[in-house]
Amino acid sequence: MNSQSGLALAPFIDAAIAVISAHADELTALDQAIGDGDHGINMQRGFTAIAAIRPELEALAAGPALQKMGMTLVMKVGGASGPLYGSFLMAMGKALPAEAGLADLGLADVAQALAAGVEAVKQRGKSDVGAKTMLDVLVPVSAALQQGLAEQLASSALVQHIRVTAEQSLQATGPMLATKGRASFLGERSIGHLDPGARSSFLLIDAVCGCCDSHCSKQGDA
Amino acid sequence: MTVGVVIVSHSALVAQGAADMVRQMVGDSVPLAYCGGNPEGGLGTDVAAIKTCIERVWSAAGVVVLVDLGGAEMNAEMALELLPESHRAGVLICNAPVVEGAVMAATEASTGNSLNSVKEAAEEAL
Repeated sequence: MNSQSGLALAPFIDAAIAVISAHADELTALDQAIGDGDHGINMQRGFTAIAAIRPELEALAAGPALQKMGMTLVMKVGGASGPLYGSFLMAMGKALPAEAGLADLGLADVAQALAAGVEAVKQRGKSDVGAKTMLDVLVPVSAALQQGLAEQLASSALVQHIRVTAEQSLQATGPMLATKGRASFLGERSIGHLDPGARSSFLLIDAVCGCCDSHCSKQGDA
Repeated sequence: MTVGVVIVSHSALVAQGAADMVRQMVGDSVPLAYCGGNPEGGLGTDVAAIKTCIERVWSAAGVVVLVDLGGAEMNAEMALELLPESHRAGVLICNAPVVEGAVMAATEASTGNSLNSVKEAAEEAL
């Protein structure tokens, strides 16, 4: 896993666990406004289970590690976020070259895996952009990564581009009318609230970007 | 062989109550299993528990699964994907209200009718 570039999975896993823990109450409060009020608790349960198998994950190549994290979320979460985030990570993991460690992967591999993950969320949730869901963050972020790659942005600029896209996409869920999930039962009353799933997707993406940033600065690329 | 019925609710009490209503209709003539609650016992659904329920009532006649809200349906789909491929095709998730659907499905199953007609009966409860 630890090649000469020093890019390892552990800091990413830790960052994801930390950000979900730190924002669990906020996610639950968002979900209380327009859902069933369990998003933060469920995500925390899932990521606590991931934390418990961290040593096992560190021993795996990137693809299998993501698949195992996904399966852990599926089995432990107990709400809709389990199958959604679980399918997302499992599809991402499957799309990566089987034996590759994180440091062996190129950004094109990551972009391809992200696209596969997003596709899996669409299928699992039978949804797409515009329904006020996590897809309203994930789809634009996936597109931003593809676009940044096509424009050959430097790593630090690419990370910044993704962070800004994620933040703007999250904010755009506020005025949306929910047509999927528990929030859709509220109809017009869902308008004016950020979507909790979009918020957790933003938080996870932002945390991953933060890890990439600190890696870039260590490499003298920032 | 009789089509099996699985009831999945976010609430263990709803799942058990729906199962009680099914038993009142059809007695022990239909293989029936139910689960409710997340892996910690709170409101939610549990993929492993759903998979166990399906396995418990599975036969070559097939199984219908009744679910309540969105997460239950997605977790039932996940449970289905974890089954051996040979079992998967015979398990259908119904687009039906969980209580009425389960009672309708079990009543249809008790007559010995096929998997598809059991699913249709459940979905007519909509």
